[in-house]
Amino acid sequence: MISHIDVSSVLKRSVCDLYSNLVTRPTGAAVRIGIEHHLDEIGDKSLAVLDFSHVGLLDFSCADEIVAKLLMQYVSVDIPRREVYFVFYGMSESHLDAIEAVLERHDLALVTQLADEPARLMGHVDGEERTAWEKICELGCAGPADIANATGMAPEKAAKTLETLWRRRLVIRQESGYFPVRGVVRQ
Amino acid sequence: MTNIIIVPFSLDEHSFEQIFDQLAPLPPDARVLFDARKTRWASPFGLTALLTVAQTRLERPTLAVPESEDTASYWARAAFFRHAEGVYDLSGKIPRSRTGAESSVLLEVTPVVHTQDVHTVVENIQQRARAILQEKLNLQSKVTMRFTMVLSEICQNVIEHAGTGGWVAVQAYKWQQRLGRNVVQIAVCDAGMGFRKSLESSPAHRPDDRWGDRMALEETVMRGMTRFRDPGRGQGIAGVKNFIGTWNGKLSVRSGTARIAVVPEWDQDEVMKEGLAPFPGAQVQITIPERMPDV
Repeated sequence: MISHIDVSSVLKRSVCDLYSNLVTRPTGAAVRIGIEHHLDEIGDKSLAVLDFSHVGLLDFSCADEIVAKLLMQYVSVDIPRREVYFVFYGMSESHLDAIEAVLERHDLALVTQLADEPARLMGHVDGEERTAWEKICELGCAGPADIANATGMAPEKAAKTLETLWRRRLVIRQESGYFPVRGVVRQ
Repeated sequence: MTNIIIVPFSLDEHSFEQIFDQLAPLPPDARVLFDARKTRWASPFGLTALLTVAQTRLERPTLAVPESEDTASYWARAAFFRHAEGVYDLSGKIPRSRTGAESSVLLEVTPVVHTQDVHTVVENIQQRARAILQEKLNLQSKVTMRFTMVLSEICQNVIEHAGTGGWVAVQAYKWQQRLGRNVVQIAVCDAGMGFRKSLESSPAHRPDDRWGDRMALEETVMRGMTRFRDPGRGQGIAGVKNFIGTWNGKLSVRSGTARIAVVPEWDQDEVMKEGLAPFPGAQVQITIPERMPDV
């Protein structure tokens, strides 16, 4: 299930309907809790497109509260809350500045996508993870053997890399193989 | 007996030390008159720190306002008197406030007490920041957002660490004598617990012989340490330093009896000063210079 979450609307609903900027830790915490409530309603396995298109400013503290703490709950623990994949959509250059800083601080990574552009990885990923991720985006769906063939990686290494990417929720795991995490471009 | 504190002719972060020096020997309940009649100029630091010193007095102090109409008028346009009325007894002729008429004031003197104040600061400054940063400082359009991020983080420090409210002001002006260029200055001042006490409140704090204001400033400003266990903390100051480095700016932070600065090549300030007159809280200034065309 794909769920589109307009972060600006969550801000207005959770904090104040006059605000358009994501600044301060308390604001970030309130918005994150609003997003978590939304995620609680959309099932055990889902793709959440977090849309930042209408967000003005995102400062470092708010990025830490929203992005880092959200990811840490869903991707960085042995038993994440649920199988939720995130696409961070519609972020501006200044949003990316703040988000890159918090990803680096926590060794996290995420998938980001701008309108009409391909998805891309941001944050802390090693070379083999990035290579495998890009190949899955190119192929649309792949298993360990496909990645091994396409990249020259040893099959065991390819399997391990895909498993790591899945645990980090950077690819979707299905019975038929691994699929890229990417959002649906809204018209 | 009323103690007269002479406010310097030109009031900036350096000359303000004269006020701290004059205040230091006085008990908190001493009666004080701040005499600014001869003052002709004040930076954002000067205005916000002048409000902050009043907060530290147990007996409400008096402020004799500048006699110069131009100066008093400017202070009024910067909203200084609006807030000074709350912490001082004002004496002298106070011009009627006409906010919005001063194009060089990016942000009038604004209290920072609650989280919503940071939202107000950010909402208010964006439009004017865009115009001034691009037109006067020749900075790229993308700098506006980053500048505002820095402002947001600095203001949040007051709310999270001071334990009391503070003030922020932002102004652009020509630094003709010192730099020959336009600059924009942010000043955020509070009289709260300061960096040393903030770190001392952490359960993990283990002081040693060298512990003091200097070390507290080095730990927080240079190494990003905070009193919180959350590893995500401390990113604000890191972001501020990154911005300062990118745009060749200057950052100085005074707290307690020490002052630390990130000094660019265009300035000769000292990186660390110790043994200053004690004053509570933290007083922060950021200066971003006009970008000169590449030769």
